[in-house]
Amino acid sequence: MPTLPEILFAHYHDNFDKEIMILQQAGHGDQPISYGDLISGAASYAKIYEDCGIRQGEVVILILQHGIELVYSFWGAILHGAIPSIMPFLTEKLLPDRYRSDLASLISVTKPVALVTYRDFEGEVRAALKPGDSVRAVIISDKVLPGSVPDIAALGGFHRSPDDIALLQHSSGTTGLQKGVALSHQAILNQLESYSQALKLNPQDVIVSWLPLYHDMGLIAGFLMPILCAIPLVIMSPFDWVRAPYRLLQAVSKYRGTLSWLPNFAYNFCAQKIQDRHLDGIDLSSWRAISNCSEPMRYESHQMFLERFRSFGLRPEALTTCYAMAENVFAVTQGGIDGAVTVDEIDRDGFQSKREAQPVKTGHPSIKMLSAGKPIPNTEVKILSEKGVVLPDRFVGEIALRSNCMLTGYYNRPDATKKAFLDGWYLTGDYGYMVDGEVFVSGRKKDLIIVGGKNIYPQDIEELAMKVAEVHPGRASAFGVFNEESGTEEVVLVAEVDTKDLLERDRIADEIRRVVTRGSAISLHNVYIVGPNWLVKTSSGKNARVYNREKYLSEINSLQNLYD
Amino acid sequence: MTEEIFQALSQYIAKDILKQPNRKISHDEPLLSSGLIDSFHLVDLAIFVEDEFGVRIDDSELNSSTFDSLDQLVSLISDRKR
Repeated sequence: MPTLPEILFAHYHDNFDKEIMILQQAGHGDQPISYGDLISGAASYAKIYEDCGIRQGEVVILILQHGIELVYSFWGAILHGAIPSIMPFLTEKLLPDRYRSDLASLISVTKPVALVTYRDFEGEVRAALKPGDSVRAVIISDKVLPGSVPDIAALGGFHRSPDDIALLQHSSGTTGLQKGVALSHQAILNQLESYSQALKLNPQDVIVSWLPLYHDMGLIAGFLMPILCAIPLVIMSPFDWVRAPYRLLQAVSKYRGTLSWLPNFAYNFCAQKIQDRHLDGIDLSSWRAISNCSEPMRYESHQMFLERFRSFGLRPEALTTCYAMAENVFAVTQGGIDGAVTVDEIDRDGFQSKREAQPVKTGHPSIKMLSAGKPIPNTEVKILSEKGVVLPDRFVGEIALRSNCMLTGYYNRPDATKKAFLDGWYLTGDYGYMVDGEVFVSGRKKDLIIVGGKNIYPQDIEELAMKVAEVHPGRASAFGVFNEESGTEEVVLVAEVDTKDLLERDRIADEIRRVVTRGSAISLHNVYIVGPNWLVKTSSGKNARVYNREKYLSEINSLQNLYD
Repeated sequence: MTEEIFQALSQYIAKDILKQPNRKISHDEPLLSSGLIDSFHLVDLAIFVEDEFGVRIDDSELNSSTFDSLDQLVSLISDRKR
């Protein structure tokens, strides 16, 4: 079994001039990057890491925006044998103080020895450092100049073994940053071997991605896989895409893109927001698999996307699905490669009351479930009851998985690692059912909210809301509510206050909105202000978010009925 | 003129983006940096401005350094209409 640096070195040797990446940035021309460019750029970072005394197996945190520095500093860490981890960059919404404290908490758990950032951002990064912490160097990216390529085979990365940790991946937010998923070289390569079979990856493929690299979908499917498997990658910034979603389609058309991964909301977003004038001459016929992944996938979203872009050459069979998680490196299942994605029309009432997904009887209300496909060849999936018993087909339970590409552990968190496994099976915290070997994901056990593919921990939002003076400790509850129009969840926060004055309540709601956004970069869809004793608690006094969500929805519905 | 632009924009934002038709938006209230308008709605705002006032805002300009408050957006629109 080789390691990542060995594979990269083989491409450098065999495909020196092959253009492996096209980097797109709004306002700039497309920048092609060959394996030769990639390795020499990365090697200059490896040299800096060496000069700073960073040893193999030590963690380097990359605090950079989408761009060439991020690409080179990441692969430089791999070539040096250090462990890179990409931290989301500060956005204009987030309060710098908050970013600093998130970074400080990441540092305290992950214990990085170096941070890489821009000169302009150095002060911000240094402000998060404390005397006696693990950080020995802050490396400024614009000081790293591509120089002569050192003796690549002598770089530290070549002394790593397959079961050493290659990289760390974090979810966002205060909670997510404290649980870094540690992945070994072997796990990553096992995933890529298995997933490329499931995808029928071939040399004619071109991957087009706008996904952020701090998220597993962007990092693995939209970065590591193409570069390690020698599949050309066209990559754009998520910030550019969200302001101009047509860029994705233009890139597919221009470079004859074949594969992309999108969170569910992106299908709605593209279908609703792209205007005809941006579609002149667009040809999407090369797209063979657009995998819906990383948040609940909806039949309606696929239909909306297909109807909007069919006349531009989009093929119905290109709409595929994937169930993935960082703990399995990436993909767990893939659907739609060998034929259309299975749509399972199930009885709605039985599904909601009995937790069974039975085919709908004529005349009954139904839900159209999209299959996430079969597990990829190296991964086994089973559905467990609350007591841990394996359930038969069509019974809803917790999805558990086992593979040869599981995480090594949550980095420096043996407690969290131990809790995640049951007899060697990883408990995903997702609910789902199986039919004839295909997996259908139907909900979540944990209170996690997923907005546009981004994981949000409700406790982070609640803690921020409680900073508002009028909101008492324990008197806020956050949860997700699915929005049909946007195709994703939206965050709702309910807060109890003492005042009955409506203007004062509006002011408090505005203040909560402001504090939450500035502290988490998350926009709240609704802040619902209620009086004392509204919130439901569990018997042990904990926040019962599921019940608060139900109560909120029923109140909102009756309010709406009042107006209709 | 600028008052008309202001009214049209503030009504659109309250009704169609925030879904709170009664919400009043003041002249200098930060819209982008406060998270009131999140990045997913920037495209909508740009389309509205183009349809309503015939003024194009390039996607690279959709950030708080180009405009953050309604007043700033109004003056951007009236400058370009000239």
